[in-house]
Amino acid sequence: MAKSSVRIGAGAGFAGDRWEPAIELIERAGIDYIVFECLAERTIARETLTRRQNPSAGYNPRLENRMAEVLPACARHGVRLVTSQGAANPLGAARKTCEIASAAGIQDLRCAVLLGDDVTELVSAQPDLRLLETGDPVESIVPRIAAANAYLGADGVRDALTTGAQVVMTGRVADPSLFIGPMLHELGWSYDNYGVLGQASAAGHLLECAGQVTGGYFADPGVKDVRALARLGFPFAEIGADGTVVIGKVEEAGGRVDVQTCTEQLIYEVHDPTAYVTPDCVLDMTGISLRASGRDRVAIEGAVARPRTPTYKVSIGYLDGYLGEGQLSYGGPNAVARARLAGEVVRERLKQRGLHYDELRVELIGIDSLHGSADNRPEPYEVRLRVVGRTPNRRAAEEIGWEVETLYTNGPSGGAGDLRQVREVLAVQSVLLPRELVKTRVEMVGPL
Amino acid sequence: MKLTVRDLAHCRAGDKGHAVNISVIAYDSAGYDRLARELTEERVMAAFTALADGPVTRYDLPKVKAFNFVIEHLRGGGVTATAALDIHGKSLSSLMLTIALPGNEPS
Repeated sequence: MAKSSVRIGAGAGFAGDRWEPAIELIERAGIDYIVFECLAERTIARETLTRRQNPSAGYNPRLENRMAEVLPACARHGVRLVTSQGAANPLGAARKTCEIASAAGIQDLRCAVLLGDDVTELVSAQPDLRLLETGDPVESIVPRIAAANAYLGADGVRDALTTGAQVVMTGRVADPSLFIGPMLHELGWSYDNYGVLGQASAAGHLLECAGQVTGGYFADPGVKDVRALARLGFPFAEIGADGTVVIGKVEEAGGRVDVQTCTEQLIYEVHDPTAYVTPDCVLDMTGISLRASGRDRVAIEGAVARPRTPTYKVSIGYLDGYLGEGQLSYGGPNAVARARLAGEVVRERLKQRGLHYDELRVELIGIDSLHGSADNRPEPYEVRLRVVGRTPNRRAAEEIGWEVETLYTNGPSGGAGDLRQVREVLAVQSVLLPRELVKTRVEMVGPL
Repeated sequence: MKLTVRDLAHCRAGDKGHAVNISVIAYDSAGYDRLARELTEERVMAAFTALADGPVTRYDLPKVKAFNFVIEHLRGGGVTATAALDIHGKSLSSLMLTIALPGNEPS
């Protein structure tokens, strides 16, 4: 029987997020579901590389610790859990979750695993597909592809919940869709009910970054203060079958939920607000109004959905060379001039050695590393030289850090605190795939 | 003293791949109206010329007294991966706050 409302908590806004606020929601917010959204754009591609080294890995590296803390609380309070912690290995993640449940004495925990987002073979087999960002054919990156994953919609999450499993484990699912799945399942909505999908998508969008709507990423001391930020709570939403949505937080938790925090999150990572495209619908945000409906409660009204597009967006992660980096700090009198000289010396020495880079940045943290240079900024007491270069050649990348380190004995006076690192670059581009090519399915993983 | 965006609004930046989106949210209706007149796409582009090729597009959300600025083609590192310290452009909301508006601060 369909309920008249459902209450859903946001347990994570990114792969490495905190879980104490999630436990607080499970224990004190009266929620029916807790959703852990754990995938940034590059996460699956990176986890795919991990899985190549270790076939049983490739899911969220914090899953084991997180689940060990969260599952017992979910079991005690009868809260169902939906999560994209599966990353590049949802089945492995589900097996590990069942193993953790058994060890914690939770009997008969079942995971429903949503599969089908991995379209790496499908995309690689269509060399003429155009990349949305550069317009180049997929062919140009095929040999370097780490993973291609479609952003699945709420219908797949709903199908997984229909199995009755306590835990739904997914790979790539669009962030709002993870939240809309439970709404479809509990409120008796058809997937084509666009009259409610707009409000549902707005709710999912506001929840998907967890603490970013309860006062995280918001504080500007003296201007925009956040109470007890160290005890920041995560949000929940109460969604009515008629499409009403209220965002809130646990009263005792730190942070704040008001029109200001909700507006910042509403427009977060949005391009055209009249056409926010998700797998479920095209959301028009411009009709939305936000209204304080109580202490730390905000009602969302007026979100409008247009029918979904005939395609899934697919993110393709591919290897794109190396970034080599070195850093060294300078402080006290003339620190900026000494750091600038150091940067010039490194640039010159790399050139003398015949090392070339597709891009070489020489910048001073404290002056121009974030927003470029400007004339009217005061000179800081201390600065940090940062030299970073991009190259397809790993050795050339490594040499940047070594060259910065030699400034100790071969550079200006007073350099201190060196750091060097090399990172393999995972670039991301997108394609659109017709929906009918992407086959989703649900697989069960039982008690182990 | 010049009036800046920070006197009238708060901002948050988000990653849109090769672009960045920055919301500008007015504290009140008077601030929204003034920003609507004075915080033009051209003025924002001028503040970001060192960092992006543009274009800049402004979307208006009057019901929440906000604007969404989308700044395309952030420089450095080609389309999809950058050598910048701030790989997502998330700190750029703070640069938006520094933009001076043409009128003077009312005394």
